[in-house]
Amino acid sequence: MKTIKKLYLLLFFAVFTLQAQQTPAPVQKGDITLTGGVAHIGNGEVIENSLIFITDGKIVGVYDATTTKRPLKGEIIKIDGQHVYPGFIAPDTTLGLVEISAVRATEDQDEIGEYNPHIEAIIAYNAESKVVESMRPNGVLIAQTVPQGGTISGESSVVQLDAWNWEDAAIKRGDGIHLNWPSSFRRGRWWMGEDAGYSPDKNYASEITQIKDFIGQSKAYEAGDSSIKNLPFAAMQGVLDGSQNLYVHVDSEKEILDVLKFKEDMSIEKLVLVGAYRAYKIADAIAKAEVPVILARVHSLPEAEDDDYNISFKMAKTLVDAGVKVALGNSGEYWQARNIPFYAGQTTAHGLSFEDALQLITKNSAEILGLGDQLGTLESGKDATLFVSTGNALEMKGNNLTHAFINGRSISLESHQTELWKRYMEKYDRTE
Amino acid sequence: MNKKLFFTGWLLFVFCMVSGQEYFPVNDGVKSINTNYTLFKNATLHPSPGKTISSGSLLIKDGKIVSAGKSVNAPKNAVVIDLEGKHIYPSFVETYSSFGVKIPERSFGGRSPQYEATRAGYYWNDHVRAETNALNEFEYDNKAAKALVEAGFGTVSTHMADGLARGNGILVALNSDGNTAERLLDTRSAQFFSFEKSNLSQQSYPSSIMGSTALIRQMFEDADWYEAGNIDTRDLSLEALNANMDLPQIFYGDGLYDDLRIASLSQETGVPFIIVGGGDEYKRIDEIKATGAQYIIPVNFQDAYDVEDPYQASFVSLSQMLEWNQEPTNPAKLQEAGLTFAITTNDLKSPDMLFPMLRKAFKYGLEEETALAALTTIPAQLLGKSEELGTLNQNAWANFLITSGPIFDKETILYENWVQGAQNIIKDASVIDIDGSYTLTTGGKSYDLTISKSTEKPSVTAKDGETKLGSKIAYTDGWLNITFTGDADKKEYTRIIAQASNTTPWNGKAILPDGSESTFSISKKASTEEEEEKEEDKEEITPEVMPLTYPNVAYGYDEQPQAETILFKNATVWTNEEDGILEETDVLVKNGKIDKIGKDLSAGGAKVIDATGKHLTSGIVDEHSHIAAFSINESGQNSSAEVRMRDAVNPDDLDIYRDLAGGVTTIQLLHGSANPIGGQSAVMKLKWGSSIDEMVLENTKFIKFALGENVKQSNWGSYSRFPQTRMGVQQMFTDYFQRAKEYEAKKNSGEPYRTDYEMETLMDVLNEERHITSHSYVQSEINMLMKVADSFDFNVNTFTHILEGYKVADKMAEHGVAGSTFSDWWAYKYEVNDAIPYNAAIMWSQGVLTGINSDDAEMSRRLNQEAAKTMKYGGVPEEEAWKFVTLNPAKMLHIDDRTGSIKVGKDADLVLWSTYPMSVSAVAEKTLVEGAVYFDIEKDKELKEKVEAKKNKLTTMMLSAKNKGLKTQPAKKEEKQRLDCDTLETLY
Repeated sequence: MKTIKKLYLLLFFAVFTLQAQQTPAPVQKGDITLTGGVAHIGNGEVIENSLIFITDGKIVGVYDATTTKRPLKGEIIKIDGQHVYPGFIAPDTTLGLVEISAVRATEDQDEIGEYNPHIEAIIAYNAESKVVESMRPNGVLIAQTVPQGGTISGESSVVQLDAWNWEDAAIKRGDGIHLNWPSSFRRGRWWMGEDAGYSPDKNYASEITQIKDFIGQSKAYEAGDSSIKNLPFAAMQGVLDGSQNLYVHVDSEKEILDVLKFKEDMSIEKLVLVGAYRAYKIADAIAKAEVPVILARVHSLPEAEDDDYNISFKMAKTLVDAGVKVALGNSGEYWQARNIPFYAGQTTAHGLSFEDALQLITKNSAEILGLGDQLGTLESGKDATLFVSTGNALEMKGNNLTHAFINGRSISLESHQTELWKRYMEKYDRTE
Repeated sequence: MNKKLFFTGWLLFVFCMVSGQEYFPVNDGVKSINTNYTLFKNATLHPSPGKTISSGSLLIKDGKIVSAGKSVNAPKNAVVIDLEGKHIYPSFVETYSSFGVKIPERSFGGRSPQYEATRAGYYWNDHVRAETNALNEFEYDNKAAKALVEAGFGTVSTHMADGLARGNGILVALNSDGNTAERLLDTRSAQFFSFEKSNLSQQSYPSSIMGSTALIRQMFEDADWYEAGNIDTRDLSLEALNANMDLPQIFYGDGLYDDLRIASLSQETGVPFIIVGGGDEYKRIDEIKATGAQYIIPVNFQDAYDVEDPYQASFVSLSQMLEWNQEPTNPAKLQEAGLTFAITTNDLKSPDMLFPMLRKAFKYGLEEETALAALTTIPAQLLGKSEELGTLNQNAWANFLITSGPIFDKETILYENWVQGAQNIIKDASVIDIDGSYTLTTGGKSYDLTISKSTEKPSVTAKDGETKLGSKIAYTDGWLNITFTGDADKKEYTRIIAQASNTTPWNGKAILPDGSESTFSISKKASTEEEEEKEEDKEEITPEVMPLTYPNVAYGYDEQPQAETILFKNATVWTNEEDGILEETDVLVKNGKIDKIGKDLSAGGAKVIDATGKHLTSGIVDEHSHIAAFSINESGQNSSAEVRMRDAVNPDDLDIYRDLAGGVTTIQLLHGSANPIGGQSAVMKLKWGSSIDEMVLENTKFIKFALGENVKQSNWGSYSRFPQTRMGVQQMFTDYFQRAKEYEAKKNSGEPYRTDYEMETLMDVLNEERHITSHSYVQSEINMLMKVADSFDFNVNTFTHILEGYKVADKMAEHGVAGSTFSDWWAYKYEVNDAIPYNAAIMWSQGVLTGINSDDAEMSRRLNQEAAKTMKYGGVPEEEAWKFVTLNPAKMLHIDDRTGSIKVGKDADLVLWSTYPMSVSAVAEKTLVEGAVYFDIEKDKELKEKVEAKKNKLTTMMLSAKNKGLKTQPAKKEEKQRLDCDTLETLY
C-alpha cells in the first residue's frame, strides 16, 4: 500500500521538478505556439481544440485548430486535452502589503488618518513576498493591492505577480481610490458599557456630509491655483476627472442606495461597489446605474442569522442575471487570494455555468479595473498573461498548472511551499 | 401626591406601638407602652391563594397578626377600622434582590492579566466570596423601599450580587418607619451563587462559562475536604460556604442554558439550587421541567422593536422578534409544567412595572392564583418562612395589602401596604375621583371641562364652544382649583376654587380677569359611550403567539425530525470500505442505522429517494470545530483540564444548520488554544433542534492540548504567565502529568484524598481513557509532546493544525498519532511560515492517519472541497481524500464503529450530494443524522419562506403595537462573536 502511495506522489511531482526557478522569468524572446488546448476565452466562449500564438508578450492569434490551419511558429507547446485560461485576477487584496498578519513588523496595509487618498499601496508592495509566489501555481497571475482603514484608505494598484520590484510589478499604478462608506447601523462599544450588537448610528448622515465636503473641497482646490499643495485634495483629482475609479466599500441596502445617489450628486464618473452584501436586494437599481460590483469573498458566512446559508454562494448569479457587471473579490485578504478560482467554482453550485463563472475572475475583473483592453480574455492583441491546466482550473481536482505566462514570459510555478514539499519527500525517500 | 390620611388619629398610635422597645430608656417623656390591638373588619380576606373569606376580620398587634377569619373576637382595647367593600391580601415577598446592598464598581487595572488571588485566608480564587455577609454592606434604601412597597412588597431578601459564591443574604421588612432592629427579619436568609465574576478582583480565572461551572464544582469538593478537617490553614470562604449550607441555596442564571447548567450542577454537587431564571424557559420547557428545580423568574417582557423604518428593521432577526412575541407566555408555560416558581421584580426597570407585566402574562394564560402564590406563599416557602410571610396566618408578620377589589383587576386600587403593622398609604382612599366631563358656568358664560387622572396627576382641558382654552388644575386636600384664560392667546385669567364632593353641582368662588369676585357652578355631564370605548382601545390586544420551533430560531423545524425508513435508489455510493465506490447502488436506512446496501433493494414501506446521478456518502466529521458554543477558551490559567465544553454548548447556533447544509453530521467542539492544557471536548452529532444531551456523545472523551505561539502568549504581549517559551511548555506538561500520576497513586492507596477535577482528567489521559487532541504547528514541539507522552507511557491521539507534521511524519507514524490539518492555511502567524498545502498528502504517504478539519465555521461547511484540495496538492487519490473528512476523523474520535463510512449496522449519518462530492459544484441535498433528515434542500426553501412570512407577521404585530401607543425599543442586531482557537474570551 505504502509503495503505491509513494509511486503516485512521485509521478505527480515529476511534472514540477523540471523547472525550479522563482526568479522572475525573462522577457519573451522567440514566438510561442500553444496547440491542442481547450481554450476558455474568458468571454463565455470555448474552443475545444485551439491554436494560440504568442509574440512579444502579446497574444497575436487564437484559432480553432479544427477549422483554421496556420503555420506553427517558434517554440511549440503541445497541450492536447489540457485547458488554457486567461490569467486569473484577484481584486481587493492586501497581497504584498502583509507577510504574516500576526507579526506587526510585516504589515504595511493600514496607515493612520481618516482621509488618506494620497497613500499609495504600490510603494509598499513586496514583489518578493512568499505569499505572492504562492498565487501563481493556482493560476492567479494578477492582483489589485489595496490599502486598508480610515474613511478614505488610499490608492490601490494592479500588479502582475512575477516581478523584481514594485515598479515592474505595476500594470496599472493607481487604478483607484478606496472609500469605506459609513454604516447606518453601528456596533455598540461594549467596552464603554454600551449594549454589544448593532444599533442605529445617529451620526450616519453627518459622516456622509463629511465625505461630500471632502469631495467638494477637492474640487474647489483643483479650481484654484494650487500653488500651495494639499496632498489629499490633489490625490482626489483622478477620481474627479474620471481617470480613476472610486471604490466604495459598502454593504447594507440603504447605504448602497445612498452611494448611488452620492455618485449622481458628486458627478463621479467611475464608481465601483466593493463588498455590497445586500446588493442582490437592489440589483436592478445597480444595473440601471451601470455601477459594477466587486463582491466580498464568496467563501463567507451569512452576516445575519436569518440569511440563507448559501447567500454568499449565489450572490454573483443574482447580480449577473440582473445585468450587473460582477467580479469576485477577496475582502482585503492576502494568502487566501490563491483560492479565487474556487470562489468562482463555488458560484457554479448555484446556477452559473463554468464559463460564466470564469468571467467573474477574468474579463469582468479586467474591465472593472480599467484593463479590459489589455487583460481578461484570450483574444488577439491582449497581453499574453495566461496559463495551462491539466483540468478544470475552477475545480480543486483539475486546477493543476503545467505552464503559465505573464506578458509572454514563461514563469515559474515553484514556490517556497513546493520546495518544502520536495525536500521532505526526498527525506522520506532516503529513509525507505 | 397628596397623602391625606384617611384613618388619621391612629397612624401615630401604631407607630408608637412598633417603635417602643421595652428595655430602652426614655428621656423625652413618659414611657408609654401601648398594648392595644387593631381590628380591620368587613373586608374580603385572601389569606392564601385560592382562599377567600368575605366579611372577614383581621386582628393585629405588635406588628404581627393575632387572628384572621370570619369571626374574630376583638378584645375591648382594639381600634376598629371598617374596610367595607375592600380586600386584604398578604404583602408580597421579593426573593431575589440587591436592595440596599451596593454592587461594587468593576475595577480596571494594568494590561497584564492577574493570575493569583489577592487575598489570604480565603479561597484560592477571588471570585469565590462565600464569606460575604450582606448585612455588613446593607444600608436601608428608603427610595427603593418606597417603590417596592407601592408595588405591594412587604419583605425583601437581599444580597451582594457580586461574584460566583456571593455569601449569605438577609431578609428585611420594608418598614420605612421602623429601624434596623425592627426591620431585620433574618440575618441569614439564603446563600447565593452565580456564574459571574466579582467586580472586586481582576483575577483571570474563570474567564468563561465552562470555567465558572468547573470552579463551582471544585469549590464544593474543596468545601467538603475542608469540612473534614483536611486543610491545615484557614479558609474563611469555605468555612462560610459550609456554615451556610443549612440555608436555601439560590443560584442566579441568565437564561435557559444557565438554568440547565445549574440543574446539572445540582445533580453533581447534591445541592438543591433554587434557580433564578432568565425568562426564556418556555423555549425548552420540557427540559426545564425535567430539572425538577424550583425557580425564581423575571417578568421583564420587552417592548416591541420599532420597525417603522424597513432598513433598520431588517437588522432585527426572527429570533429577536420571536422573543418579544413569546416571552410573555413564560410564566404560563412554567405553570403548565407544574413547576414551583416565584416571581421577581429584580430586573424590572422599576417595581411599578410588576402589575402591567403580570396583566400581560395573564392574557397569555398565567392564572391569577398562580401569580399571587408566586408573589406570596412560594417566595415564603423558598425562603423557609411560610409561617411568617406571605400569609395572613396567626403569628405571621402583619404585612398585608388593602385594595379596592381583586388584586390583579385593572381597576383595582392598591390603597395601603401595611408592613409589620405599620401603615403605608399608597393611594388615599378618601380622595374623590373626579375624572369626567363637566359644564362650568360663571360670569354668565358656560365652558366645557374635562378632568382626568384626578387622583394621581390631575389635568384639565377647558373649552369655550370649540375653542380650546389655556387651563391649569390643582386638586389637593379635596380642594379643586382651576385657572383658565379667556382664550388660548389672551393673558386674562379666570380662577375658580371649590371643594369637590361625590355629587355635583360644586359651587364656589370665581375670580374674573378684572379681579372681581363672582360665583360659579360645575355640573357633571352624563358620561358618553364614546369616551369609554376610546379608553378600551388603548388596551393592548394580545397578539397571536407564534408557535415554537426546534430550535426556536430561524430555520427551526415545526417538529423535531425523526428517524425514517428511507431507500436511496441508484446512487453512486462512497462506502469508505473495501467496496470503494459503488455505482448505481441502493442504500436502505432503517431505525437510524444503515440497514442494507445493494442493487435493486425492495422498498417495503420505505420512503424512496431517486438518487440517480447523485452521490451518497457518509456524513462529514469535523475534528476541529468551535461552533455551537457560548465560549471557547478558559484562558484564566495555563491548565484548564477541569473545564468541559459540554458546559458551554449552544444548541441554537445557526452554524449547526449551516454545517448540516454542508454535509457535516458530527463535530468535535474543542476548547481553544490559550493554554498548554485546555479543556474537555464535546463530540456532538448535529441534531438541529435537539437538546444538548441528545447531541453530545457522552462517552467520547477528549481533551484539547496546545503548543506554540498561543500558549506562550506571543501575539498579545503578555509576559507574566508561565510558560513563555516552548521550553516551558514541555516542563509544564511533565509537571502536570507527574502530579496526576502521584494523585492517582494516592487515590489508589485508600487514604483520603482531595477530589481534584483537573487531576482526575489528566489521570484519565495517562490511562488513555481520555484522548489528547493537541493544537500544534512546528516540528520541535510536535516531537516534544510525543516524547513527553512516551515518558509517561501513553499515546497522543491526534495533532490538530499540525502544519509542520510533514517534517516529522515518520515520527508521528511511529508514535501512532493522527494528524488533522488544514488543507491550505498559512501565513497568518510566524509559526505557520513553513506550512504547506502538501502537508496532508505527505503525512498520509508516510502512514499517518490523516484528516482535514476546519477550526472555522465558514470552512466547516465546505470540507468536501477542502478534502478535494489534497488531490491538487500532492495528488492524494480521491477515495483517500474523501476519507480525510469522514472516516479518518471518525477514527481519530474513536467513533468509527458507528459513523464515518457506509456500512451495514453503522449510524445512518449520510449525505446525498447533487454530484461528485468533491466538486465545487456539489451541493448537499439531504443530510441525515442517525436516519433523521436534518437538512433537505427543498425543505430549506420552505423554511426560508417561513422565516420571511413569520417576520412579516411579527412586523405587522409590532407596527400595530406602536400604533396603539405602546412603547417600543430601537431596532438592533444582536452581535455574534465568531469563535476560533484563538478567541481568548467571549467579550460580551
